[in-house]
Amino acid sequence: MSSADLTSERDLPPERETSAKGDLAPEHDGPRDTGMDDASLHRWLARTWRTPPGIIGALSSVDHKVIARRYLITAFVFLCLGGLNAVAMRIQLSGPQRGLIGPDLYNQLFTMHGVTMMFLFAVPIVQATGIYLVPLMVGTRNIAFPRLNAFSYWVYLSGGAFAWISFLLNMAPDVGWFAYVPLSGPEFGPGKRADVWAQMITYTEVSSLAVAVATIVTVLKQRAPGMSLDKIPLYVWALLVTSFVVLFAMPAVMITSTFLILDRLVGTHIFNPAEGGDALLFQHLFWFFGHPEVYIIFLPATGMVSAIIPVFARRPVFGYLGLVLSLIAVGFLSFGLWVHHMFATGLPKLGASFFTASSMMIAIPNGVQIFCWLASLWDGRPVIRTPLLFVFGFFFIFVIGGLSGVMLASVPLDLQVHDTYFVVAHFHYVLIGGSVFPLLGATYFWFPKITGRMMSERLGRWHFWLAFIGFNAAFFPMHLVGLWGMPRRVYTYPAELGWGNINLLISAGAVLFFLSFVLFAFNLVHGVLRGVPAGDNPWDAGTLEWATSSPPPSYNFTRIPVVTNVEPLWAERGTLPVATGLRVDARELLISTVAEAHPDIREKSATPSIWPLLAAIAVGGTFLYSIFTPWAIVWGAAPIAITLIGWFWPKGDPEDEE
Amino acid sequence: MKRILSMAFASAGALSLQGCAGLQSALDPKGPAASELAWLIWFFTGLCAVVWVLVMIALAAPLTMRSRAQAEPLAIDPGADGRKLRVVMTAVGVTAVILVGLTLLSFFANRTLAAIGSDAALTIRVTGHQWWWEVRYENAMPSRILTTANEIHIPSGEPVRLLLTSTDVIHSFWIPSLSGKLDLIPGHTNVLDIKADKPGVYRGQCAEFCGVQHANMGTFIIAEPRAKFDTWWNDQLRPAADPTGDEAKAGEDLFQRRPCVMCHRIGGTPAGGTVAPDLTHIASRQTLAAGTLTMSRGNLAAWIADPQSIKPGSHMPVVELNGDELNAIVAYLEGLK
Repeated sequence: MSSADLTSERDLPPERETSAKGDLAPEHDGPRDTGMDDASLHRWLARTWRTPPGIIGALSSVDHKVIARRYLITAFVFLCLGGLNAVAMRIQLSGPQRGLIGPDLYNQLFTMHGVTMMFLFAVPIVQATGIYLVPLMVGTRNIAFPRLNAFSYWVYLSGGAFAWISFLLNMAPDVGWFAYVPLSGPEFGPGKRADVWAQMITYTEVSSLAVAVATIVTVLKQRAPGMSLDKIPLYVWALLVTSFVVLFAMPAVMITSTFLILDRLVGTHIFNPAEGGDALLFQHLFWFFGHPEVYIIFLPATGMVSAIIPVFARRPVFGYLGLVLSLIAVGFLSFGLWVHHMFATGLPKLGASFFTASSMMIAIPNGVQIFCWLASLWDGRPVIRTPLLFVFGFFFIFVIGGLSGVMLASVPLDLQVHDTYFVVAHFHYVLIGGSVFPLLGATYFWFPKITGRMMSERLGRWHFWLAFIGFNAAFFPMHLVGLWGMPRRVYTYPAELGWGNINLLISAGAVLFFLSFVLFAFNLVHGVLRGVPAGDNPWDAGTLEWATSSPPPSYNFTRIPVVTNVEPLWAERGTLPVATGLRVDARELLISTVAEAHPDIREKSATPSIWPLLAAIAVGGTFLYSIFTPWAIVWGAAPIAITLIGWFWPKGDPEDEE
Repeated sequence: MKRILSMAFASAGALSLQGCAGLQSALDPKGPAASELAWLIWFFTGLCAVVWVLVMIALAAPLTMRSRAQAEPLAIDPGADGRKLRVVMTAVGVTAVILVGLTLLSFFANRTLAAIGSDAALTIRVTGHQWWWEVRYENAMPSRILTTANEIHIPSGEPVRLLLTSTDVIHSFWIPSLSGKLDLIPGHTNVLDIKADKPGVYRGQCAEFCGVQHANMGTFIIAEPRAKFDTWWNDQLRPAADPTGDEAKAGEDLFQRRPCVMCHRIGGTPAGGTVAPDLTHIASRQTLAAGTLTMSRGNLAAWIADPQSIKPGSHMPVVELNGDELNAIVAYLEGLK
């Protein structure tokens, strides 16, 4: 590691470039970007940071943008598959006593719908957006631990393929996405279906933990000089808080699924009441993860809202500090609410009331966020473009979901609506309104950065209204039918209960909502092929990702920018101040201090490698094998060890010699 | 105040209920617990609706303003932002006060609910099975203990204590028009007190996903005046009626010789299985297979002939019977009033 040799003073020479001072320039050091002209700098960096050609090269890529694109496309495919599950269910439920889908298939469908949407779509897609945007927004050349990041994608892909191939083989989990014991236990869950659930969890959680670690380190250590904690874009703050929540929540569900597979495979009795185990332990462990999970999906979306609103309101967001503190508060509080999923299990009344209070309390930081966003919009009529339309849709829908969440926080009230369609309505309002609508807005917003082309504004408006009407037609009536007594997870219902007409309306809305995604997919393809070229900064936005070209080059920034404002591009109209002194013949990153983002040291970033893929194959194969025998852990250890040795084999770089 | 509000909400509720049978609705309360909860639901809904409308007004307000698209984005009027800060702080303060109020309201509602069954004289043990309900009337005198299935008779106007447990997976007992739900968990016993204000039939169904036939796990609370309830209990304690007529006699004989006897109990006969519903007085019940079919000769025959197409995955197997045998068994069961 070289000593710090970068400065980022504000009073810079005319070319606005800091220079390396007092550099001892060790003998092995290569050429630096200091004083180099743009054309040769581009040639050097492009050669250093490129993804190698060929199939092996593509599979070896460690470029965060390449990995993120793969993640985004894969997650979108899973969204479509999960949506098809939902449409199939809605056709079955469109009238009483329909015989289209039998109970066995229906139970697999709703389980796969939940599993796909939660584990294979929502969490990966918000993390993938972060993988793409966070390094750009903090002004660095790659994500931290890029090989780990590549590994995470391959593990995620194999976990998703594992779940869906199981579905095609009629062995998909049929125990709900929550897989409560004893139903999923060895006695009442025969076959391999519950094992598929348990190991699918392990795949996806390993992958999201890896991304969380990479994101945290990127945000804390790789920020551009001058981006002190109070100048980090809110989206990046949201991803940072989310990644910490992932770090503390995901282990709980991995323990849950591991305990389950031990009960099923090894013959332990952790959840077996007959042998001193406890079925409720499963629920505590699962929801200790499950509630933060909601915020893992929601918080990045709040970051997207915080990124979109300033651009179209044409002002910095109101209440930056309040928004950051709210994010952190929500992150902490999200761990104190899990019991409100378990009010109907007969917990002691006083203890349950405590969780009413904590569940109510989380509405306060969320309220702060809503009020700050509204206040940001009050300066004048905002510029109405598709991204902002989806943010307006977010307000309309998410506030309903948040308020019905306040209802569910009340223990006695929850006992009437728990496990009914009211809850189904609630969490779709929260998750679709709170996460998918911002995500769609974000797609329109950042699509030009990723592809270099704009999506169609006209189709975007059609898409918005179709989605908005379809969504509300599908999910609002569910509140009512839940109060009328319709429980969740039923494959049919008797005609005499009078739920037929309203369910037909719900199904029609669901089809409309699905069609809106077909239109969205068309707009995506149309944008890629025929979209109007976007330029670097089509929205005149203020954050760093808009400072580079669209799409960004493999090395992200020709010169590392120096940040003086939360919205650097608004503060520095024209050219940004930059920091120099990084080598151009090796993948060097600038590491900065955690709080003030003072330039600290130069650090190598990993080069492309095929080993993450091989390691993911070894890990994936072990997980797959382990649904059949516990000995898989023993036999699988060898290939995993070999691939990891290959991965971490010393390269003989000077850095490694020091 | 509370009364006026609840009347207002009840009339709004009645409007929204048009076209709905209300047989199993939380908005159509028939007991003190459900009434308290319906009031709570309407109060929360009303308050939340007001909050939502206010937020939507705040969201729509800037659309009426002049565009600031041309303005320099960093040129912010500090005075305006100071005023906004006061508005935001006030809104946060009001939110906090509302949430504290709702928390206290829930807490006191919970206390009200807990007090309903404090003087319950009748205790019924409800055990969840995949996919039916075992119902056992507890009594200090062993001869008064009664076991039946799926339909729970209770005296109206009296609180009744239900002890909820399960022997297989987790189920949840829920009669929306009488009370909130409570889970039946193996290894745990939960206590739910219910009270029906008036005689009537109140439907409910399992509310926790419990496997392939979760959708067809219905139950009924049948509330009757005390005297009628006592008569019913005494009738149910009697052993099964002797078959009358040759066909029914043949049916009893078949029942005892075929696999039926392995799982079902019929009091007063050698049939003593306990893994399936007690059939001693099956013909006195209103439904079959946990609310799946109404009780009739035709439905009995259909259910016995092919349970797997009516309730796929249920634990009732298909027993090979020819037409005469089927008729005989149905004739016998039909007599078990």
